[in-house]
Amino acid sequence: MQSIVEFKNIYKSYPGVLANDDVSFKIKEQTIHAILGENGAGKSTLVKILYGHVTPDSGEILINSDLAMINSPSNAKNLGINMVFQHFSLFESLTVAENLILGMNEKIPLSKLKEKSKTICDKYGFNLNLNSPISSLSVGQRQSVEIVRSLLNNPKILIMDEPTSVLTPDEISKLFKIIKKLVKDGLTVIFISHKLEEIINLSDYVTIMRNGKVISTISTQNEDPETLGYKMLGYKVSKAKQISGINFSQEIFRIKNLSTLSKDPFTINLNQIDLNLKKGQIFGIAGVAGNGQKELMEILLNENDYEFSGDIFFKDSNINNLSTFQRKSLSISYVTEERLGHSAVPEMSLSENIFLSMNHKSEFKKGDFINFEKINSFANDVIKNFNVDTPSYNVKAGKLSGGNLQKFIIGREIMSNPELLILSQPTWGIDAGSEAFIKQTIIELSQKGVSIIIISHDLDELLEVCHKISVLYEGSLSRPLNVENINITKLGKYMGGLFD
Amino acid sequence: MNIELIIGILNIVLISTTPLVFAGLGELVTEKSGVLNLGLEGLMLVGAVTGFITLVLTGNYFYSLILSIISGVILSGIFAFLVLNLMTNQIATGLALTIFGIGLSAMLGKKFSGTPIEGLSPYYFIIISFLLVFSVSYFLSKTKSGLIVRAVGENHNSAYALGYNVIKTRYLTIIFGGVMSSLAGYYISICYAPMWQEGMTAGRGWIALALVVFATWKPWRLLVGAYIFGGVAIMQMNLQAFGVELPGQFFNMMPYIATLIVLVFISSNKVRLKLSAPSCLNIPYEKNS
Repeated sequence: MQSIVEFKNIYKSYPGVLANDDVSFKIKEQTIHAILGENGAGKSTLVKILYGHVTPDSGEILINSDLAMINSPSNAKNLGINMVFQHFSLFESLTVAENLILGMNEKIPLSKLKEKSKTICDKYGFNLNLNSPISSLSVGQRQSVEIVRSLLNNPKILIMDEPTSVLTPDEISKLFKIIKKLVKDGLTVIFISHKLEEIINLSDYVTIMRNGKVISTISTQNEDPETLGYKMLGYKVSKAKQISGINFSQEIFRIKNLSTLSKDPFTINLNQIDLNLKKGQIFGIAGVAGNGQKELMEILLNENDYEFSGDIFFKDSNINNLSTFQRKSLSISYVTEERLGHSAVPEMSLSENIFLSMNHKSEFKKGDFINFEKINSFANDVIKNFNVDTPSYNVKAGKLSGGNLQKFIIGREIMSNPELLILSQPTWGIDAGSEAFIKQTIIELSQKGVSIIIISHDLDELLEVCHKISVLYEGSLSRPLNVENINITKLGKYMGGLFD
Repeated sequence: MNIELIIGILNIVLISTTPLVFAGLGELVTEKSGVLNLGLEGLMLVGAVTGFITLVLTGNYFYSLILSIISGVILSGIFAFLVLNLMTNQIATGLALTIFGIGLSAMLGKKFSGTPIEGLSPYYFIIISFLLVFSVSYFLSKTKSGLIVRAVGENHNSAYALGYNVIKTRYLTIIFGGVMSSLAGYYISICYAPMWQEGMTAGRGWIALALVVFATWKPWRLLVGAYIFGGVAIMQMNLQAFGVELPGQFFNMMPYIATLIVLVFISSNKVRLKLSAPSCLNIPYEKNS
């Protein structure tokens, strides 16, 4: 088999990072070729170079053994290279048909486009309504639009950047069937992921990247998740282990029949949410992104003045009308999804970021002045206790890597001694070392009697640390499942909206 | 009130409103692609003065029209270079363009102030303005190029990722807006007045800007809005003739009040705002490198 793509000595640097460091490997025609690596390993940069979205500092790309000059996406598309983006490149206020037209290389009349897209949909089992606006579609449907749009150009190479990160287990297996069929029909698929099992299940070959370098390109045939994981990280990560069989008794937090009443079609209304959390318990809220996680977090924080019915109790007192700071004073702590811009101000130092989150506490003030001595020593403690890799507390928050900043933020909240800690996507997009550390910290915290709610799209993470898991689907919360003896099929059904 | 008077008033409204349609329509296309050009007033004045001077010096209407258009291409081209390539702040650059245009036109036109000329009939331009509204509306809603303009204004990163040239698209829409503003200015100094006087556009550039928002970025609504705004301004003169005592300033502020009301109306509802305003309006585009 001939190689359809060959990367030759690709270099690309950004200020402070070498994103691609002498990357060379070949991709064989009509195969599924995975690129595996942690966040920041350089895999996204590499495929963006192939798609002409990013210009390399040096290096060559050969397509069918011919040197290709790819300096813009339209260039790449003319060479038969199409890409399905991780964060979709769709236009929300336009219809599906308009989005499809925009992706076409050639001009064709609307009637012909409809015919062509119908052929593709029927062949591969997509279900699209051409006249609906993108804003009304679910995440899975949006991905279908992206894929159909790419296929309309009859590509030879299809790049998919973390396509499974937004899908339910059921949708993932459907997608994999489609990808396999596409490859059978002549396509070459470049598949980016950091999920080891997916890569072994789906792909023929895998190129492993670490810190911008290619570690190796191998066949996936004789690999298992453990060996592949070791190659990806270069070290072994021990899995966190939650203790099972504890009886929780004292109730600490309760949501009773909570519904939001927003008329904005761009938000998901929460629908009769009931949740009951005991002291020392970790409660996971699973579900595909965009099913009301953002809205639930905002209600828990009281960040947005949603109209809602129902009640929220913390230690038997109703906190419906308390502001974020009042809730914090009651010893509820929050770690929001966005590290930069929400949990921390990127332009401010770590100390200043401590003060911003803790200014309801009198010990950090001297009258109306900031007590920097106390804050700095507090920041130092966070840095020390939570292994934050930073030269000092005067460093701006935006300068820290994702993993280090997340350790800092979680450390900051934990050191304010909460009785209830609410985390959203605690390990999203951070390195495996920090991830393992954070999971272990959360488990230890619960053993000290702190109750924890984790909202996450990462099912594996929830299964690892939680005692109970509920699934959020279109604003409704399933009944909780015990993690010991959990029925994964049932969980998958819940994620697709089939509650019982 | 007799028929003749009504026809007379309608005629005046028609004649006085056309510059708003030209300038507003140009700005609408520019904003649809995600760029806010606050320099309309300056562009109009320079367009007016270059057309006027050329006409006085050559006596040729065609040359004067062409030069007026060229002035719009050059000035809006400079604006485009500043905001697209050098990524200057669109609001500050647009304001600077207005101030520059006011000064430049005053300087160029100093000797020509009060020179008598024979004006052109406004009716050609009125017909052209209607045709342009129709064409722009058709272009934006039915053609692929129009769809690309909307896509670029909606999400420039996605548009680039799909292979469209964001900078080029915006250059074209900015220059289209510039030319339309020049035409509005040309119409004022050659057909409407016809004469040259410093600052003779009298804030019409700002009203045209308000008009785009008032029309929620839709060409036909812009046409209707322009005639409502124009009508209110003419009402002022006629009501005074009928003995209604209202200060003229009251009518001058009507377009702005109407625009504020529309702004409050569309902003009060996030959905309406999201569906009508181009999402990337006034957001600088930086190409990934």
